[in-house]
Amino acid sequence: MINTHEVVETNQMIEKENLDVRTITLGISLLDCIDADLETLKKKIYDKITTVAKDLVHTGKEIEKKYAIPIVNKRISVTPIALIGAAACKEPADFVQIAETLDAAAKQVGVNFLGGYSALVSKGMTTADEMLIRSIPQALAKTDRVCSSVNLGSTKTGINMDAVRLLGQIVKETAEATKENDSLGCAKLVVFCNAPDDNPFMAGAFHGVTEADAIINVGVSGPGVVKTALEAVRGESFEVLCETIKKTAFKVTRVGQLVAKEASKMLGVPFGIIDLSLAPTPAVGDSVADILKEIGLEQPGAPGTTAALALLNDQVKKGGVMASSYVGGLSGAFIPVSEDQGMIEAVEAGALTLEKLEAMTCVCSVGLDMIAVPGDTKASTISGIIADEMALGMVNQKTTAVRIIPAVGKKIGDRVEFGGLLGYAPIMPVNPFGCDAFVERAGRIPAPIHSFKN
Amino acid sequence: MKKTIITVVGKDTVGIIAKVCTYLANNRINILDISQTIVQEYFNMMMIVDLGTAEKPFDTISDELAQIGEEIGVIVKCQREEIFNSMHRI
Repeated sequence: MINTHEVVETNQMIEKENLDVRTITLGISLLDCIDADLETLKKKIYDKITTVAKDLVHTGKEIEKKYAIPIVNKRISVTPIALIGAAACKEPADFVQIAETLDAAAKQVGVNFLGGYSALVSKGMTTADEMLIRSIPQALAKTDRVCSSVNLGSTKTGINMDAVRLLGQIVKETAEATKENDSLGCAKLVVFCNAPDDNPFMAGAFHGVTEADAIINVGVSGPGVVKTALEAVRGESFEVLCETIKKTAFKVTRVGQLVAKEASKMLGVPFGIIDLSLAPTPAVGDSVADILKEIGLEQPGAPGTTAALALLNDQVKKGGVMASSYVGGLSGAFIPVSEDQGMIEAVEAGALTLEKLEAMTCVCSVGLDMIAVPGDTKASTISGIIADEMALGMVNQKTTAVRIIPAVGKKIGDRVEFGGLLGYAPIMPVNPFGCDAFVERAGRIPAPIHSFKN
Repeated sequence: MKKTIITVVGKDTVGIIAKVCTYLANNRINILDISQTIVQEYFNMMMIVDLGTAEKPFDTISDELAQIGEEIGVIVKCQREEIFNSMHRI
């Protein structure tokens, strides 16, 4: 039988160390909504989302109560809209209308974000893909809860550099279209290499075409829990350090697994995966940076950071894999700047640079995340940053991403404020040298040699 | 059997266990295990109870117990056993 010590430990994790389930994301396929008439399509989309997801928020709250564990976000991901709108949309403005429909549906069911305003163009862009991409700035400016993502490359296909070039401009246009809110639109736009079909985390969640009609994916969290566990083993060997992280990740993931199973049962929707990510929030004590410090770094960004992060990421996976029957999504430590108080402090202290962050993304999930740069950063420079990150993902056969905010009117020393889970970010310096001639080349970067495994 | 863990944490005072147990008895909730300690004047109690015979739903019981806690100045929390089993048992 459960003993007092175990009960106290669990409740301490919840109450003092910010243990929570970060998100229950309901993936919904919209493939059966496809119609050549835009009005009919919009109606079908709205009806499907508001029907399938009508109990999502309520169910989440019920589970929270049953176990006294906070479930921070209830979200929805849908099939990439470039596919759904291809038959009906004749111009980018038509896609914007679909975004508004998604926003209305999200508000109706009470979720805080809906992902899937997306295009998968790792090898080439269809006319519809390109229209959707061109509609992103307006779509994100005119909606509150819609998130957008574009897959620009993969290990199997190489990198679509035409799309990378276009996205550099789109990121700039999105910043401009939402400049009244510190270019908030860019916080809802992420580009990927090797985007997973079952990622529950925003802004990059979409419901892949390999998925069933509907699926429950759950993202767990708990950087604070890992940090506290590590406080008890200061100065111990790497073996002890790794064991501690692993055991903690196991416990955290088991809670996610329980919640996922319960949500799946209550909603009558199959369980998909648990995403084993350590996702920080701006709240004090909920920081991946603090774990790195506890491992022994003065600040994230110091020499040793990449090794410490590699170790952390691997142990989280090893503990988590044993705790869940299916893992997937991004699964690893997130290192967003604006969403992690410790990362913000490291940037402000001058310890953490864009280049070091890039190195760190080689060994953990996702990539350059929530990074604010000066508003006058050129589109081609942003494309260059994206291309670098895509190359890391392509060659290392892992997911990488870029979510960058060229904040209009801001310069180094300023700060952008997004509020809530998105936090705030100091403006980081970007390498001033150009890459225009590289980015201007047409076509795509071929897939690396080690992708040919047949 | 619907095992639920009730925890009570707060400043020690007269009648904490009595109040909680009276509520449980009135609502046909059987206590399976109970343990209690006082650390630096702080009262810490854990009960394992069975809601299988209770007439009220979990939600109501949880709210009403929290309410009783408020009245005597302690925090009473109700959680289904599964969260602890998942976390601490392989």
